[in-house]
Amino acid sequence: MNPNYIFTLLAFITILCALYVVISKNPIHSVIALILTFFSISAHYVLLNTQFLAIVNLIVYAGAIMVLFLFVLMFLNLNKETEPVKSTSWLTAAAIASGCLLVVLVATLREGSELVMKSPNGHAGLVKTLGKLLFSKYLVPFELSGILFLAAMVGAVFLGKKKGDDDQDELIIQDNAGGNNG
Amino acid sequence: MGNSIFDQLPISQYIYLCCVLFAIGLFGVLYRRNAIVLLMCIELMLNAVNLLFAAFSSYMGDSNGQVFVFFIMVVAAAEAAVGLAILVMMYRNTRSTDVSLMDKLKG
Repeated sequence: MNPNYIFTLLAFITILCALYVVISKNPIHSVIALILTFFSISAHYVLLNTQFLAIVNLIVYAGAIMVLFLFVLMFLNLNKETEPVKSTSWLTAAAIASGCLLVVLVATLREGSELVMKSPNGHAGLVKTLGKLLFSKYLVPFELSGILFLAAMVGAVFLGKKKGDDDQDELIIQDNAGGNNG
Repeated sequence: MGNSIFDQLPISQYIYLCCVLFAIGLFGVLYRRNAIVLLMCIELMLNAVNLLFAAFSSYMGDSNGQVFVFFIMVVAAAEAAVGLAILVMMYRNTRSTDVSLMDKLKG
């Protein structure tokens, strides 16, 4: 089968789902559409013969990150809230700004298609190749990313922690913030 | 399947797709006010860049670009965790996830 047809089909699914993420009023629908987008991007990775990225994209993005989003969404109970709509001037301004960026990006990046393709290497995306690269050339960044995860975990736990009852100052700040907006 | 799909599929198609995805993400960041949807649009933009990295890496037959995609995923996971923690804290204080309420620094 011609990869052009597969690419066109996948690109349509990707763009439609991405648009639905932005347009949908219900955040739960946005999350579901984003998961579909990630699945279609994983399919793109398979089409590009980058198997490691396809699997990691499914596990990390569609698995871990989106479950985190969905969990927070359920936790905050936002699914019935109808968010206030911005005025149409905001809509036109955002559309014009992103449209300008799209034009600039396409004009800049289309020169990349004139790059001469090197001899295609079918092993470039295999787990074996990337694993060897990751544990030799990129060993230090790999270990540093472990420290980054530790820092992110500590930060997330600290930020998400409920304030203690004995801490009066923070409770007063909390009450003030609630009273201003309530 | 042959050695590479780029014999039949030009790389410019991937460039157009990734630019459109990135622009959609930017539109979402500019237009939406729900903080959780803003975070999701940022993930969308990161994924557009990842896809372009992978496409060029596959096109050039070079694995280094895919290692960069892996590191971008690592940073995105950490960013999502911290961002959602901040969002939960913000909801606890203001009972809303509307980013337009967060204008206390406005002069």
